[in-house]
Amino acid sequence: MSTIKQQYDARLKRVMDAAAVKEPDQVPIVPVFQAFPVNYGGGNIADAMKDFDHGAKAYDNFYKDFQPDLGWDPILMFPTSYLESSGITWFRWPGKHLEDHTQMYQFIEEEYMKEDEYPEAIKDFTKFMMNKWMPRSFANFQGLAKLDFRNNMWFGHMGSLAAYSDPEVIQTLEAMVETGKNLMDWFIKLGGYQAHMQNDLGIPLLYAGFAYAPFDMIGDSMRGTPSILMDMYDHEEELLQLIDLITEFAITDTIAGCSGKSTPFVWYWLHKGIDSFMSDEQFAKFYWPSLKKYIIAVADAGLTPVIYVEGAYNTRLEYLKEIPPGKAIFSFEYTDMAEAKKVLGGHSCIMGDVPAVMLTYGKPEEVVDYCKNLIDTCAPGGGFIMDSGTMIDDANPRNIEAMFETTLKYGKR
Amino acid sequence: MSILSEMSASLQKGKANDVKEMVQTALSDGLGAKEILEEGLLSGMGIVGAKFKNNEVFVPEVLIAARAMNAGMEILKPALASADLEPKGKAVVGTVKGDLHDIGKNLVIIMFEGKGIEVIDVGTDVSPEVFVETAIKEGANIIACSALLTTTMAAMKEVVSTVQEKGVADKITVMVGGAPVTQAFCDTIGADYYAADAATASEGALALSKS
Repeated sequence: MSTIKQQYDARLKRVMDAAAVKEPDQVPIVPVFQAFPVNYGGGNIADAMKDFDHGAKAYDNFYKDFQPDLGWDPILMFPTSYLESSGITWFRWPGKHLEDHTQMYQFIEEEYMKEDEYPEAIKDFTKFMMNKWMPRSFANFQGLAKLDFRNNMWFGHMGSLAAYSDPEVIQTLEAMVETGKNLMDWFIKLGGYQAHMQNDLGIPLLYAGFAYAPFDMIGDSMRGTPSILMDMYDHEEELLQLIDLITEFAITDTIAGCSGKSTPFVWYWLHKGIDSFMSDEQFAKFYWPSLKKYIIAVADAGLTPVIYVEGAYNTRLEYLKEIPPGKAIFSFEYTDMAEAKKVLGGHSCIMGDVPAVMLTYGKPEEVVDYCKNLIDTCAPGGGFIMDSGTMIDDANPRNIEAMFETTLKYGKR
Repeated sequence: MSILSEMSASLQKGKANDVKEMVQTALSDGLGAKEILEEGLLSGMGIVGAKFKNNEVFVPEVLIAARAMNAGMEILKPALASADLEPKGKAVVGTVKGDLHDIGKNLVIIMFEGKGIEVIDVGTDVSPEVFVETAIKEGANIIACSALLTTTMAAMKEVVSTVQEKGVADKITVMVGGAPVTQAFCDTIGADYYAADAATASEGALALSKS
């Protein structure tokens, strides 16, 4: 019987071997779980968001039955305390906006940066974020629109400091302090759960930090999908300038944020570069260069980027080879895995892609067949990790069992 | 090149101001509203839709073409209203109960309107009752519902059963779509039509409306 430490080390080695495109002792399994652990482990998302311990207990129950080679802590269960105290405008969550308490929160895209605001965002990004983006994104931080640091020189500070007497500014600062405390409470609990995963469960944490394609950072949380896609026509130069600007600090902040973490994985969420959302020329011009730079810089810092490629990337696979070999892991949702293996085999580790729909609505036999076929297609030569296609919310537990059992039995070297 | 083929070409390039001006000129030249709509605007959107389906153009091009079409429609609308034009079909379009993701739904609306189908956009998080009651009230022949999540796609089944309960299954076709939705799922829940993308959905909707 191996110790917890040995199990932890074996799992981490298994994934790192796969990442280096070597054949591990067995095919690692790292499904992307979202709502499933909480709903399976006893409870619902609304309660897990309200009470960390409720979610943690459900995760414990889940990990008793399923031991992936890398796992999530309850990070995706954003605490309602912080959502409420900040008045964040981008989320709708169960228990407040969504009737079904077993459902994940949903993200609402709006134009948190207007079309004509590129010049001011490029000229002074921090000022734009503080005075405009923050008040639009957080209903309780309206007072930030009244603050300014630029005029502090000589006696300018008298005017800028006087703004702190404004009742709206005071209210905002109080809300920010409360939000900060709510988040710090949560981070401490997450840290505790991460230590529990390492010391008691023997499961390495799947992320040291999160990252996004710079194009998506602007598209998701500033301009919205339709607007940023049209901006490629209407604001070409400005969009490229803003992408460059964001890429610089994204690299610095990600590397700094991941230092000293127990695992090396940086989880990149990709959204808008998919096959149908833009042409090859647009991808090559607007989406890929900044993302590539960001991935390589993070890999050069000794971290392992895990790129969660939403949608289909069938026409983009050659681009992914521009990342140095063995440095990043690509997790696919709707990309053809056989094609991905053909292009990236021997170069980069690929993860995928048991469809979430099959895991929810299909039969265990279908899942077994699908997993066997995936292993036959993708495992030879190494560089493959068994994964779900999409994040798993409401899967049938029998299907998850089938996925784990098949990988363990059939994926042994 | 006639003004209508120029209009179609400008629309395909997303040149909203040009389209607007051409609609104005065409009207002043005495062209009929129906002719401008069909041979100028819809013809352009039809080509964009076909190219989108063939992966020759992508979402950005569809969006700027739709913006140009809307710009033209603004000018054309008063003339169209007096021309008493019958739409080619009428569809109630929305995302199902519990689902707030509307990018796909909005693309479907663009493609439907590009085929001359009138759309009643019921928005996001729409209950089966609202889908069906709106369709009955508006005399729509299509309900098109979309879902992005495995947790919400089950709600499509309720739309199908509500159509049956209200006894309008012979008048209303239920179309389903969204990233996780498949033909097999469509068959399982007894929906009438599945499309993998917005352009195909609009072709299906047009065919269903003609029959």
